[in-house]
Amino acid sequence: MSTRALTGPAPAGLRFHPLRDSATMLRRNLKRMLRYPSMTVTLVGMPVVFLLLFVYVLGGTLGAGLGGPVPGGGAGGRAAYANYVAPAIILMTVTATVQGTAISIAMDMTEGIITRFRTMHIARVSVLTGHVLGSLIQAVFSLAVVIGVALLVGFRPTAGLGAWLATAGFLVAVTFALIWLSVALGQVSKSVETASNLPMPLVLLPFLGSGFVPTDSMPAGLRWFAEYQPFTPIIETLRGLLTDKPIGNNAWIALAWCAVIALGGYLWSKRLFNRESSH
Amino acid sequence: MTIKQSRPAIAATGLRKSFGDQVVLDGLDLNVQPGTVFSLLGANGAGKTTTVKILSTLISADAGDVQVAGHDLAREPDAVRAAIGVTGQFSAVDNLLTGEENLLLMADLHHLARDEGRRRATRLLEQFDLTEAGGKPASTYSGGMRRRLDLAMTLVGSPRVIFLDEPTTGLDPRSRRNMWQIVRDLVAGGVTIFLTTQYLEEADELADRIAVLDHGRVVAEGTAEELKRRIPGGHVRLRFADPQGLDAAMRVLGQASRDNDALALRVPSDGSLRSLKTLIGRLDDLAIEVDELSVHTPDLDDVFLALTGDSTNEKVTPR
Repeated sequence: MSTRALTGPAPAGLRFHPLRDSATMLRRNLKRMLRYPSMTVTLVGMPVVFLLLFVYVLGGTLGAGLGGPVPGGGAGGRAAYANYVAPAIILMTVTATVQGTAISIAMDMTEGIITRFRTMHIARVSVLTGHVLGSLIQAVFSLAVVIGVALLVGFRPTAGLGAWLATAGFLVAVTFALIWLSVALGQVSKSVETASNLPMPLVLLPFLGSGFVPTDSMPAGLRWFAEYQPFTPIIETLRGLLTDKPIGNNAWIALAWCAVIALGGYLWSKRLFNRESSH
Repeated sequence: MTIKQSRPAIAATGLRKSFGDQVVLDGLDLNVQPGTVFSLLGANGAGKTTTVKILSTLISADAGDVQVAGHDLAREPDAVRAAIGVTGQFSAVDNLLTGEENLLLMADLHHLARDEGRRRATRLLEQFDLTEAGGKPASTYSGGMRRRLDLAMTLVGSPRVIFLDEPTTGLDPRSRRNMWQIVRDLVAGGVTIFLTTQYLEEADELADRIAVLDHGRVVAEGTAEELKRRIPGGHVRLRFADPQGLDAAMRVLGQASRDNDALALRVPSDGSLRSLKTLIGRLDDLAIEVDELSVHTPDLDDVFLALTGDSTNEKVTPR
């Protein structure tokens, strides 16, 4: 072998192709999802089960307790509650999906394939963006299923086409932000088990906000937390878009939260991915 | 030797690495010529994997200069990555994808054209005896198949320097021999192989040069033969046609040990030409007829144990 061959490829060969590599990684992640469908089913199943529980088991009582003018103008009771709870269940679909993101990231990290990627001349971020895009597609699929089921069990949105499009865009923004957070949580986990537990607070937060009951029914301390935590403006925005309730400044607050979470999650993820293994 | 004049495929000087207060590499120097197999031999925990991780850009060294494929490791890690391939101890395959999909994934990441990627994947599956298993998920593969797929994935990008970190650990003897053949074929194609192993036999079979790593330092380096010659315990075996010859030689050589059944003598010797000349000269002077003469050097096991010290008195304190 000659010296010339050893001194390496032309600089042009050293260019990075982040878009092309991300697309490759996305294909890999979609294939993995298809090979491992039980995870997707579990992730869609959870919000559906919660939806059925809250509408059919708790809905009658909770709906009666909503009082006042019922959002969506349903017939009170169960029907009113279906309208009230749907945005929270929609958000729960997103949090379940990002829980899946953390799990698949952690699965990747515990397997040797990531080590291989690290020694290859590829755009590093594509390993993560592949997961982000894959999860985004999975979330869109899950949201379609869950919203479909919600419509079947009595959710009656009043949104027109414009409001639906705004809802879709808003949900993508929320999902995108939470996915990046989850990518970091998946990397920070030492095992797949930890990764499935770490995003748990995300699943619980809609309960500690305006997702399932109005915040003014809560005790003072909890109420304060519920009103200021990020999921409340997100839920209120969804509720407003879908059932014609006034949104107020919730949309801006929600989008600001999304920007902060997305940026923080992205920077944290990037730092975690570039850190060296300790051994 | 023309090979000495070419630029080394891997050159490292004064490589140091500590994890906390545990010193793993303590001033490592390496020089690997292109197109050769260089074997880093050492017990578990000697620092082999750490060395591979540093040389393959996975972790950075605390100190030292490294050039891999002509590129500075610290300043041009991307250029190094473009030139190397790594197959580590733990299989780096995607278990949910099939063997073929794993190879195509690599082809895509190397930005090969679709046709070229498919061609290369098919050829590698054939070459590594995985054609039949190519459509099955890697999770169903045996240890040997997985290791072959792992190496095949490394080869998709036609790397010029390949790091093999204990490539045959945990493989059955047949798979091990297959792997050895694969390595020989690669080197024949001009690739440089940096191989770590704890099997002396493996280094003996494959390596052009061997460095013995102990406590983060190279304690000896050379060809397998050179290393063996450094260790006392070699001998010359003489076989005679009849007991008279044996008796006569025994009288002349004195300190030899005899094997009456085989009509053979075992004479201590360092195996050097000079000592052989002397020996043959003495036998010649008395016209003693020797049927067969063979020189036995110690095997690498002897070398390894002599160089790295007995494992029972291994230093327990880190420094």
